[in-house]
Amino acid sequence: MAQAQAQAQTPMRKPKETGVPDNKQYMHPTLLKNLGNWKYHDRPRPGVLHHVSHSGEEVWTVRAGTQRQMDVHTIRKLCDIGDKYAEGHVRFTIRSNIEFMVADEKKVAPLIVELEKSGFPVGGTGNSVSMIAHTQGWLHCDIPGTDASGVVKALMDELYDEFRREEMPNRVHLSTSCCEINCGGQADIAIIVQYTKPPKINHDLVANVCERPAVVARCPVAAIRPALVNGKPSLEIDEKKCMCCGACYPPCPPMQINDAEHTKLAIWVGGKNSNARAKPTFMKMVASGLPNNPPRWVEVAAVVKTILRVYKDDARPWERLSDWVDRIGWPRFFEKTGLTFTKYLIDDWRGSRANLNASTHIRF
Amino acid sequence: MAKKPHATPNLDALESGPWPSFVTGLKRLAKDKDAAVDLLGHLEHSYATKKGYWKGGTLGVYGYGGGIIPRFTEIKDENGKPTYPDAAEFHTLRVMPPAGMHYNTEILRKLADIWEKHGSGLIAFHGQSGDIMFQGATSENVQKAFDEINEAGFDLGGAGPALRTSMSCVGAARCEQSCYDEGKAHRMVINSFLDDIHRPALPYKFKFKFSGCPNDCMNSIQRSDLAVIGTWRDNIRTDEPLAKKWFAKHGMNEVVNDVVARCPTKAIQLKEIKDVRKGESISAVALSDTHALEIDNSDCVRCMHCINVMTGALAPGKDKGATILCGGKRTLKIGDQMGTVVVPFQPLQTEEDYEQIVELGQKIIDFFAENALEHERTGEMIERIGLVNFLEGIGLEPDANMVGAPRANPYVRTDGWDEEVARIKAKQAAA
Repeated sequence: MAQAQAQAQTPMRKPKETGVPDNKQYMHPTLLKNLGNWKYHDRPRPGVLHHVSHSGEEVWTVRAGTQRQMDVHTIRKLCDIGDKYAEGHVRFTIRSNIEFMVADEKKVAPLIVELEKSGFPVGGTGNSVSMIAHTQGWLHCDIPGTDASGVVKALMDELYDEFRREEMPNRVHLSTSCCEINCGGQADIAIIVQYTKPPKINHDLVANVCERPAVVARCPVAAIRPALVNGKPSLEIDEKKCMCCGACYPPCPPMQINDAEHTKLAIWVGGKNSNARAKPTFMKMVASGLPNNPPRWVEVAAVVKTILRVYKDDARPWERLSDWVDRIGWPRFFEKTGLTFTKYLIDDWRGSRANLNASTHIRF
Repeated sequence: MAKKPHATPNLDALESGPWPSFVTGLKRLAKDKDAAVDLLGHLEHSYATKKGYWKGGTLGVYGYGGGIIPRFTEIKDENGKPTYPDAAEFHTLRVMPPAGMHYNTEILRKLADIWEKHGSGLIAFHGQSGDIMFQGATSENVQKAFDEINEAGFDLGGAGPALRTSMSCVGAARCEQSCYDEGKAHRMVINSFLDDIHRPALPYKFKFKFSGCPNDCMNSIQRSDLAVIGTWRDNIRTDEPLAKKWFAKHGMNEVVNDVVARCPTKAIQLKEIKDVRKGESISAVALSDTHALEIDNSDCVRCMHCINVMTGALAPGKDKGATILCGGKRTLKIGDQMGTVVVPFQPLQTEEDYEQIVELGQKIIDFFAENALEHERTGEMIERIGLVNFLEGIGLEPDANMVGAPRANPYVRTDGWDEEVARIKAKQAAA
């Protein structure tokens, strides 16, 4: 009987395990022709890259900001522009900017006009503030402390001119992350959720929802232990040990870490992945306790803008934010930005003494 | 025509201002799609209460174990009925992009049409791991959407304890700093491990990333378990016409302050032409009739700074390949970890060279699968067992390029020292 039923069902389609598609079928013909043969580039204006090949061929790239979370109508609009000006080819950058390549310089100016008229700012190249790398947030994540796309929209409205100009000492990468896992990643300036209270446990649900030994193992400070609560197997937290990282929440949703009031935002600065000049660096926390205040997160935007303004005024050409702080020192960073250095910014995690000043190098 | 929109005063505030608004895009979708109407209501509820309301689950497509991110609403009335029923199931398909994220408009339109038909019409280009994220399918439509996306030539990416979708920079396609064919390496490596992507069975996630030069535009050193970063072994190349053109435009102050003074190892010097040294490791280029830049390549760490400032005038050498680093990751659980060098230089010229990355990847993934604890990344595993045990496990020789400095404490048993020195010397003699 069961067999007969199974046979009556339409067979499921087997996936074609094709993996990563061949990019050559989509690549702009001038790029394909000159693959691995580029000689140099310059930037005729912000938002435009001009690459010259050893063969003498040239290509102009116009870069524009997008909202990353795109509706199909926006995608079709970008395709219309690509068909009209860029021979039907586009690519995206790691920061969700779209790039249109043209082999004819005459197409650059009208393409820029069309993009800006359609609401896509042209910029994000060189020493500008590029689009913010971000995450999913309330829109689609299962563990978010805040939104992502909304924070980014609010901030990019404020940084719109800096995206369209190249007036910073060096490039500025920003990221936002809606929990401490930091999917947004390292950046010159990052905005990351910082929880301030231990999780609130719904003991009725833990036994059914959570694999308890896995949750215990997940805690970086061994603050979680199995316990019988109200006669039910559950988990308990040593709240003196807990540093509120939220690591237990994803494997165990009844350990709710998010809270409308106590989920705060922290600002981190000085992350750099490039090997240029100094070795790559991790970013450092410089402010915390900022309110999670939708829809425009004005308090966060104010701090980010202050740091950017001071960096822009004070850093020398080619200094990334971390290079700048290396020169002026942390005390002066706090002095110039008006941010308050507190005891919470002194590292006490493993290996922390390497972050302390073991010298008499002090700028007076 | 879709159903009546919900009041969204918070989200409405994100429609003003000059940056492109995702809310405006969602409202456009909400004209035709009930799922978008309810997604806006769902998101507005988060804005009003400052909390998230999605829970995960298990959902997949036939034949695969991963690649779908299930989302079910948690906003329900007292009877357990979803308040926003048309967004009650709002699953994401993670789909691997072409290397370098190149598209033509034909394929983008095709993908948009598929998602308009089977999903909400909301697509992210791209997620933080590099996937195209098709967001908002019902449980029933996940398979239908996948079948059409798959027929269009695209495949699901990774999720959970699996090999993850990779990213590579624009690289050789449009960048003069490119030191290998990033797209080739990306596709070759990832497509060698599709089983590990589609059927999650590793201790935790494992990521490859491919950057064509030490500028590391893919942020691979901080975000991937195996970072392949382009570099070169021979001398920096120079181009006198471009160097003179650069100097005429930028002048002496910029040469001194922005180029020479910023070299991290002081490998580059400004000299009068008559004083420029000659030698195997020297690159030199005239800036004017009187002055030249002289680079001692044996001191150069290939940081890219001078090449970035004077692109074309200075360029990477021709003996190209990559430095491979292992163990980068973000915070949880033990704190941030950079990748550390495990292969100082992997030539990337021949087909066999590229295959060696696949072989190394296989060894590391196998070792990781056998030795990592549950939910432990490679960086955490290396921290726990030590780099030497890891190297022995995957069959790589220790190299002084792998350390910032030799050990600074005596807490090590060295009773095998003489044998180890003899072994290394014999190996060197045989080479």
